[in-house]
Parts: sequence; C-alpha cells; structure tokens
Amino acid sequence: MNDSVLIRAEGVCKSFDGKEVLKGIDLEIRRGEVVVIIGPSGSGKSTFLRCLNLLEVPTGGHIYFKDEDITGKRVDIDHHRQKMGMVFQHFNLFPHMNILRNMTIGPEKLLKLPREEAEKEAMALLERVGLADRADSYPSQLSGGQKQRIAIVRALCMKPEVMLFDEPTSALDPEMVGEVLQVMKDLAKEHMTMVVVTHEMGFAREVADRVVFLDDGVLMEQNSPEEFFGNPKNDRLKSFLGKVL
Amino acid sequence: MSFQEHFYLNFIKDNRWLYIWDGLKVTLTVTLFATLLGIAIGFVIAIIRSTHDRTGRFKALNFVAQIYLTVIRGTPVVVQLMIIYFVIFGSVDINKVIVAVLAFGINSGAYVAEICRAGIMSIDIGQLEAGRSIGFNYGQTMWYIILPQAFKNILPALGNEFIVLLKETSVSGYIALQDLTKGGDIIRSRTYDAFFPLIAVALIYLIMVMAFTKLVSMLERRLKQSER
Repeated sequence: MNDSVLIRAEGVCKSFDGKEVLKGIDLEIRRGEVVVIIGPSGSGKSTFLRCLNLLEVPTGGHIYFKDEDITGKRVDIDHHRQKMGMVFQHFNLFPHMNILRNMTIGPEKLLKLPREEAEKEAMALLERVGLADRADSYPSQLSGGQKQRIAIVRALCMKPEVMLFDEPTSALDPEMVGEVLQVMKDLAKEHMTMVVVTHEMGFAREVADRVVFLDDGVLMEQNSPEEFFGNPKNDRLKSFLGKVL
Repeated sequence: MSFQEHFYLNFIKDNRWLYIWDGLKVTLTVTLFATLLGIAIGFVIAIIRSTHDRTGRFKALNFVAQIYLTVIRGTPVVVQLMIIYFVIFGSVDINKVIVAVLAFGINSGAYVAEICRAGIMSIDIGQLEAGRSIGFNYGQTMWYIILPQAFKNILPALGNEFIVLLKETSVSGYIALQDLTKGGDIIRSRTYDAFFPLIAVALIYLIMVMAFTKLVSMLERRLKQSER
C-alpha cells in the first residue's frame, strides 16, 4: 500500500435502524492533503466523517489508519483517536474548565505531559490564533468564532496526524466564519492533513487539494477543485452546484 | 400548669431531655450513613443505567438495576425497613442502627440512582463525543468531563433527597429503634403531654432541614462561580 496514504476507507456502510445512510464509500486521504467533502444535507457526509474516527461505527467496510484496520475488534481505538483531531459543528468545549484546561487536559492525562509543558504548548497555540488573553476565560464567555478557534487548537494540542472538521462554520454567525476559516487555511499551509465537511464552497475552491461530492450515501465524484467546480461530470453534482453557487 | 412546669415535666424531670438528645444522635447517625450508602448505590446504578442507555453495554446489570428500582420505589420504606429487620435479620441479633442504615440506604439509593442518571443524561452528547475524540476512553470521559458537570446539575436534587431521607428516618420506631421521633414519643407516653415533646421534635427536624438547605445553596453558589 502507498506510504503516503494516511486514511483509507473501504466500502464503508452505515445504517441507522435499517435506514442506509452510507452505501459503500471508498476514499483515500494522503498525508498533507486537504480533502473537502460537500453534499446536500442528509447525504451522509457528516456520518462518513464520524466513521473515520469511529464516533460512528460503520456497519460494513473498513477504515485503515496508517495501514491498520481500526474497524477491527481488537483495536485500541482510543489510542488512534489521539492522533485524529476532531472539530465539531457545536464546538463542544468543556464548559466547566477554563480555556487553558480545555487544551491541556488531553496532553496531560493521555500523553502524560507535565502540566507546565502542556500549558506552555497550549499558550503557544493560543498565541497563534490570537486568543492568548482568553486562557483563563470559560467557554461561556467567548463568541462562537472564538470557541471554534479554541476547539481547533484544543485538538492540535494532541499533535494529531489528521484533523477532521465536521461543518466547523455552520453554527457561526456570518461575520465569525472568516476567522475560523483563516485558522484552517493556516493549518493547510503547514501541510496538516485535513478532512473537512463544509458548505463553504469558497474554502473548498481555495484550500482543498481534492473535493468530494457525496449524495444519498454514495460518493458521486471527486476531483481537483478546478475540475470539480469548473467541469463537473455527475448530473447531481451539476444540479447541486447550480443551487449553491 | 404553667409553661415552666410543662417544660420541667417533659424535659428536665428524670433527665427526659436525654430521650431527645440520644434520639437525635441516632437519627443523625442513621441519616449520615444511609446517605453515604445511598449515594454509593445510586452512583453505581446510575453509571450502569446511563452507560446502557448511551452505549448498549451492561444489558444484564441494567436488568437487575431495573428490578431493584421498581421494587424499592414501588413499596413503602417502612415496609422495607420491617422486612429487613423482622424477615431478613429475623433470627439474628443485629444492631438496629445497622438495620436502619441498610434499609434507608438501600431505599435512598434507588432515588439517588435516578437523580444521578438524569444528571448524566442531561449533559449534551457532544461532550461525550468531544472527550472520546481527544482519545479519552469511556471511563475517563465520564470522570473528567461528564460527571463534574452532572454533579453541578444534580446538587439541588441530591440535597432534597438528603432532606427527605432525614425526615423519613422518623419511621425507625417501627423496629423499636429510638430515634428522635421515638424519643419524643416516649416522653409523651410518660408525661401524657403530647404538645411539648412533639413540637420540640418537629422544631429540631425543621432547624436541621433549614440549616442543610442553607448549606446546599451555599455550595451551589460556589460551584456556579467557577463556571459563570
């Protein structure tokens, strides 16, 4: 298998109560690649993303992370998840911890980093996203955009090899979308491997190495952003792009 | 008879106040240990039930827990107390305080379990997912992320359960355990004066409940401060 493939999804299926949401999806994510997944709501794109770190357990198919089948029975999924950062639509910061603690609890408890070191690294990340002055604040004191930027750096604290973004800007007020996308763009520039489920076509066009179109649980088309947006082949993709662009 | 004479007759003469004092000690001992037992049982049951609800694990344990909850909440505590004393320990010589602690603790556990479960389930599923996505296992996520938040939410209900338990122990007299209520009642049977001993007993319960209510609301405020 190709060295540079970080995640490989193979025939991933998922049903909820007999309803098929994913109907056998194959996708490879290479190291350093930014893959953006788009599709109409209910197309299964979030479910697929959540299958990649097994927040949803696929009902069929396999997910390989660094060549290991993490859908296998004896896999220590918690260990793999440490290397797969995830950012949620609704931020999911821990409201009972201040920002710094939100960021350091993972490295401290799981990576066994001494507290001072974890805090130093967290502060450096906060500095980068311009939120160092909020280290002592609690999540409820932050705006949505700030919360999402914190959620991103919280995931980065674990030094993940891939970052999964589940509609990271969908719950934000329009004027806050930009600041979050900027952090993601900076990450992409540093060659972080990213899988992004989003409705932000501009981001897909500008940042993605590859854009994937999912509809009705099927991967309909994947291509470079130029081809994807400039010369779509699938009819459903054409009509979808016609509606959103 | 004047007030002073009533007071003398009911509380001073023959050191009758000791019935109240010793009864109070029994009531507090039973309440304290029954609360601890209740919280321990309730916590375990709540973890089993909520884990089952969220992940589908612990099927058999959940079934046992449900039977426990149904039976305990479906029968009066005084009947449970008598069954434990006269049936289960019927042929053994056992300290009645221990019997009362067991009965009230097991009873309270059922209510605490449902309080805790509601608290755990009230925490958004996103918190669990965020914890798991960082790499915490289910237990760590519960311990570091879910339970601290749940505890804050259930503190008022837990305080209320303690108050209920404190007052419920007043049926301890059914197994001839001399708690606060029984102490007052013994005085009444000696002096044929119902008013003074019973009002005194009522006042003592009231003061304890008010003091505890105050304590809980202070603790609640302190916990809220850390979050805002």
